[in-house]
Amino acid sequence: MSVWSGYLTLILEGALVTIQLTMMGSALALVMAFIAGLARLSRFFAVRALATAYIEFFRGTSIFVQLFWVYFVLPFAGLTLTPLQAGVLALGLNVGAYGAEVVRGAVKAIGREQTEACIALNLTPYQRMRHIILPQALPLMLPTFCNNAIELLKGTAVVSLISLTDMTFQAQVVRAQTGNTLFPFATILILYFLMAWAISTAVRWLERRMTRGLDGMRA
Amino acid sequence: MEWDWDFVWQIMPTLIEGFKITLLATVLGAIVAAVLGLGIALARRSQITAVSRGVGFLAEFIRGTPLLVQLYFIFYVLPDIGIRLAPLVAGVIGIGLHYATYTAEVYRAGIENVPRGQWEAAKATNLTESQAWIHVILPQAIPPMIPALANYFIAMFKETPLLSAITVLELMNQAKSIANSNYRYIEPMTLVGAFFLVISLISVIGLRWLEERYARTDD
Repeated sequence: MSVWSGYLTLILEGALVTIQLTMMGSALALVMAFIAGLARLSRFFAVRALATAYIEFFRGTSIFVQLFWVYFVLPFAGLTLTPLQAGVLALGLNVGAYGAEVVRGAVKAIGREQTEACIALNLTPYQRMRHIILPQALPLMLPTFCNNAIELLKGTAVVSLISLTDMTFQAQVVRAQTGNTLFPFATILILYFLMAWAISTAVRWLERRMTRGLDGMRA
Repeated sequence: MEWDWDFVWQIMPTLIEGFKITLLATVLGAIVAAVLGLGIALARRSQITAVSRGVGFLAEFIRGTPLLVQLYFIFYVLPDIGIRLAPLVAGVIGIGLHYATYTAEVYRAGIENVPRGQWEAAKATNLTESQAWIHVILPQAIPPMIPALANYFIAMFKETPLLSAITVLELMNQAKSIANSNYRYIEPMTLVGAFFLVISLISVIGLRWLEERYARTDD
């Protein structure tokens, strides 16, 4: 039993890396989602085109290919990243592209009359976004953001392939050292599931908080 | 290091070999996902609570954990209990099972969208349960689902590089072995990205067409 607790510690250390990656990746994804999502609604063609190119590019290939590209090809362009940086960058940019479509959809779902009322009240475009549109659009985005965060969590397993010591990597280490396969893989499957469950619980709590006071305002 | 076109032409045949395996895995995986997804969707509607709850939880579990870890589980754990699978077979089962939990949701939504009156009419004309499913419900439920299903099949195609982690010699794995034996990462990795991007962009156009062809216009 004591042998297994040692291996379990190894896996839990990996779990910390996985959590760290998920949080940093989500933060980057959130920023990218808002930048690209709002840019797609811009008045200027160049800004819209740039955002569309970003979104289509990152949605057109998988996280695995992007991660390898960032890790192996960017060094030749003079940009050498540690595995953790490469992981956060690839995960954040990839999931951010999916998030951008969510932001765009939610903002567009807010009725035209809201925008017209803002213009009538002489609010600046920034004030309009900040005080009127986004507070109403955010609750619409949350459920899909939750799914995206879980997809990001699942994506972190791929970083084990560029030798970052996350949970999946540690499970492989345990397998290599003990020859036991069921223990490491069953353990990490359960841990991943618990993390996914934690994310969806947290987002549901956030959703309840954000919709407080919005009752009766939406049709 | 510079981009070398000669090297590109030299490695192209190997990459195309890999690409064939990628396509094969996608097609077989799509068939597994389409059939198994329907099975899961029907099981979740079962009258027996143990079946519907059990399958429901299992599907949630599979959806909440990384495909990579599931592939490892199938590839490394199953041989210990006497089930030895070829890498490609293990990969197709893994990716098919993973996406079956997604397609199950599409089927579920599609089946629930068929009006109650159709069920009642089927019962009134004395059709048996299976006749009602085959001749009345599914023919109406499936066409509106096609775009959503196609969307998941494109997603699945993009995830096939993960099969390289369990030694399937698909596009990504061929590119990796070329890169490792020649110490040149730029061309193979970029070409893999380009392959996936081009196919994805073409499939998106196909998807738009499917949406126009099958999307419901009557409601």
